[in-house]
Amino acid sequence: MGVTIVGVGQTPFQRNCGINIRELCFEAFKDALEDINLTPKEIDASVICSAPEYDKQRSPAGLISEYLGLAPKPTFYAESLCSSSSTGVRVGYSFLESGLHEIVAVIGFQKMSEISSAEAQERMGRGADIQWESPFGTMMPAGYAMLARSHMKKYGTTEEQLAKIKVKSGKYALANPLAMFRREITLEDCLNARVIASPLKMFDCCANADGASCIIMAREEKARKITDTPVKVAGIGAASDTLSTTSRANLAGLDCAIQAGKQAYKMARIEPKDVDVAEVHDCFSIAELMAYENLGFCKPGEGGKLIEDSQTYLGGKIPVNIDGGLLSKGHPIGATGGSQIRTIVNQLQGKAGKTQVSGAEIGLVHNIGGIGLYGNVTILKR
Amino acid sequence: MSFEKFGKIGFISETKVASFVKHLEDGKIMATRCSRCGKLYFPPRADCPDDLSTDMKWQQLSGRCKLLTYTTAYFAPTGFRDDVPYTIGLVECEEGVKVYALLSKQIDEKEIRIGMNLQATPLRLSDNRITYELKKC
Repeated sequence: MGVTIVGVGQTPFQRNCGINIRELCFEAFKDALEDINLTPKEIDASVICSAPEYDKQRSPAGLISEYLGLAPKPTFYAESLCSSSSTGVRVGYSFLESGLHEIVAVIGFQKMSEISSAEAQERMGRGADIQWESPFGTMMPAGYAMLARSHMKKYGTTEEQLAKIKVKSGKYALANPLAMFRREITLEDCLNARVIASPLKMFDCCANADGASCIIMAREEKARKITDTPVKVAGIGAASDTLSTTSRANLAGLDCAIQAGKQAYKMARIEPKDVDVAEVHDCFSIAELMAYENLGFCKPGEGGKLIEDSQTYLGGKIPVNIDGGLLSKGHPIGATGGSQIRTIVNQLQGKAGKTQVSGAEIGLVHNIGGIGLYGNVTILKR
Repeated sequence: MSFEKFGKIGFISETKVASFVKHLEDGKIMATRCSRCGKLYFPPRADCPDDLSTDMKWQQLSGRCKLLTYTTAYFAPTGFRDDVPYTIGLVECEEGVKVYALLSKQIDEKEIRIGMNLQATPLRLSDNRITYELKKC
């Protein structure tokens, strides 16, 4: 027995989608079912994923499951901030592996424009420990900026190296019609952009977006009836770290990603060098650079050199985020993990078009919630 | 006795460690130490997860600390927009615990270095609110 992914879908990621959350989810769901032999009635459970602070609807799972025609099958809600849909895939994996269900839809969404920018601004400060850190005016970019500063001090990483991650992102976003920002950015643009939280500048940061993604998972014996090209979930790892910065042991990497990666590699019986293509959680440029190291694509401290040598470009040692990543696609929190998985599934099915890694057999998805709070690593095989 | 006057913007009013604020008003930054296993906690906590003990004692921190990392924010959440730019720091105290706080506005951004010595100090704010900040030694 094994667990497979048989269908993937995604809406465009954009600033103001102009439709409601159930309609947004329907678009991703329809896209996932488009090329496969499966009707909604055959799906026997759904997991709906988002970060609830952006939702006006209480308990959105019921609303969305109804609109997709999935009632009366059970539906569940999964949340782990920016990695909610990877958590949804983990829940789906457990449902299928346990035999409780045979075909599961994991739908991730976020309509970040649902709340006003004043409301978003207010929520932004409450992502940290609200008793001991939010009273000091912290926010997501500040958290990653502190890790960047620490990484620079420890390993000599430079602002130019971080900027090169965005330069790569811009180049590949041109080929992704679903990305929010589809333009190339020069190194000078990155370095001259306004500072958000030093040393991170505007192009080191991803942007809020509206969007949805859908992953259809099935038990292996069901998969061949649904598609000729199922992709196997070969390894799945998850870990957490402390929410409070004061309790963190590692200030130059994400321990939750290291732990989740180790679990996934062990389960898939592979090593980092076996990965042909990867999607990593680049909510900030430093996050991608730390991911290179935390996933073992290079040694700790060598992430800066890896991007400088263009080893994470198509044709390099390990192509990373060659769909543009969060930095160019935009980051509709609950939809992001599903979008990353979709990119890797397309790669393994040979459907990645201009950015296809030729002969890709093994892909990896690294999806982080919060400032290194929730770590999720999923390894997929053709 | 409530915690709500802690910080420029507060989100928590009820906590078992509310007397932290009283100590702060007396000029002391306090940590808690588990009477059973001896572990020191900052931020202070009322419950020790290592041995499930609730027998905790207050202990004053000297405030002497070193800067581990920092960032200067030019963009801020609600309540802090008029304060930008401000520098958030994470320090390690000589007692071994870490403190998250703002660096004093008196420190020039150009002078800030990881590893520099700082002093965590109580700071009175307007509206009878209170916090602590990181000052030059």
